[in-house]
Amino acid sequence: MAMIEFKNISKWYGSFQVLKDCTTQVEKGEVIVVCGPSGSGKSTLIKCVNGLEPFQSGSLIVNGQSVGDKTTNLPQLRAKIGMVFQNFELFPHMNVTANLNLAQVKVLGRGVEEATEKSRALLTRVGLIDHAQKFPGQLSGGQQQRVAIARALAMDPIAMLFDEPTSALDPEMINEVLDVMVELAQEGMTMMCVTHEMGFARKVAHRVIFMDRGEIVEDAGKDDFFGTPRSERAQQFLSKILHH
Amino acid sequence: MDFGFLTQPAFSGGGTYLDWVFSGIKWTLLVSLCAWVIAFTLGSVLGVMRTTRVWWLNLPATAYVELFRNIPLLVQMFIWYFVVPEIVPKALGTWMKQGMPMPEFWSAVLALGFYTASRVAEQVRSGIQSIPRGQTHAALATGLTMPQVYRHLLLPMGYRIVIPPLTSEFLTIFKNSSVALTIGVLELTAQARTISEYTFRTFEIFTLATVVYVVITMAVVVLMQLLERRVRVPGYIGTGK
Repeated sequence: MAMIEFKNISKWYGSFQVLKDCTTQVEKGEVIVVCGPSGSGKSTLIKCVNGLEPFQSGSLIVNGQSVGDKTTNLPQLRAKIGMVFQNFELFPHMNVTANLNLAQVKVLGRGVEEATEKSRALLTRVGLIDHAQKFPGQLSGGQQQRVAIARALAMDPIAMLFDEPTSALDPEMINEVLDVMVELAQEGMTMMCVTHEMGFARKVAHRVIFMDRGEIVEDAGKDDFFGTPRSERAQQFLSKILHH
Repeated sequence: MDFGFLTQPAFSGGGTYLDWVFSGIKWTLLVSLCAWVIAFTLGSVLGVMRTTRVWWLNLPATAYVELFRNIPLLVQMFIWYFVVPEIVPKALGTWMKQGMPMPEFWSAVLALGFYTASRVAEQVRSGIQSIPRGQTHAALATGLTMPQVYRHLLLPMGYRIVIPPLTSEFLTIFKNSSVALTIGVLELTAQARTISEYTFRTFEIFTLATVVYVVITMAVVVLMQLLERRVRVPGYIGTGK
């Protein structure tokens, strides 16, 4: 069974439909890149996975649990799914270590020492152990985003969601974040990434999903997608972001 | 100006006029601080209730705020002192009128506390709502429950953001405590007025009262600045460092 399975997901804001009948799935260990023009529903789609965005029709099964089901324990489900946001969203009043420790202690019930040990290991891994005692506001964007990835990994997630993780970064900081993501992908992490970094998609994605106006227009293997995307809309989009 | 009269024995009761001033200061501080405890705790709870999307939490809090901030403080003072004992169950009303110690004091504390709570609530609400939604999303995404998000993120950040307006509210409560003289609390303004009636030193005594109010409020300002510095978030926008 797929780790994440969307079946005919639709969502409306009032009378405006943001997601139209979206169906796709993410297998364990798969890396999926979701791209498309702004306002196409990419972020909304991945925020459905951990219930941050509710949807009105269709079904979404994550790790065997139905997200839309009222009886599903959402906090418990979310604890297993890491998420990284466009604007980092570190907690500004806590230092880096405290940011990583919070959910480990409060959600997983780890002791502070155990959590700190885990946090330090992850900070070492993303190259930020020297900044363990700093506050988010004292770090660059790229550093903050790497802390955010470490914060998500601290929960030992079974899958990771990335919502435009490099869109708010200065160009020279994009690579330090992508490097961490590539490494994760190569280790076999299940990943669903909303991004326009086609280099990243080429390197590690298994499949690429192209969305437009709330619809999944294209859902293809990486080679097919970059070789001969079938829809005209996807071709236009690619030509715009690949040759500039 | 001659403040010599202050050390003279007062016209009635024991002590000097200066003792009356100190007694007034004591009651001003007591009324204000007790009212602040109510205003801050109740206001915080109401402010949080107003930020939730649960209607049975949101609606009563909104109703409270609209009711209490739209009635003049003076009217509320009279209601607590004259009206409430008449409309509560009879035994309680009788006790409030005859058995309860210091009825003016407690009426003033309740009136000022409940009134200021409506204002504190609005500030706590605005502080919480000024935190970007993405922050709540990020906290929820790690598996925290909504109450935990309030406890560890929204409240600590929200309070930090509203320290300056809360300082103003804290100052206002000391100044508004003077309204308590209308129901017979002998706080600073009431004492100044009485002393002026006995001594005709109106100019001096109200100058003194003014200075005392300024000293009290300046002390509050300094305390709140110390607090603000203590909880400042390094590198956070708007904290100046």
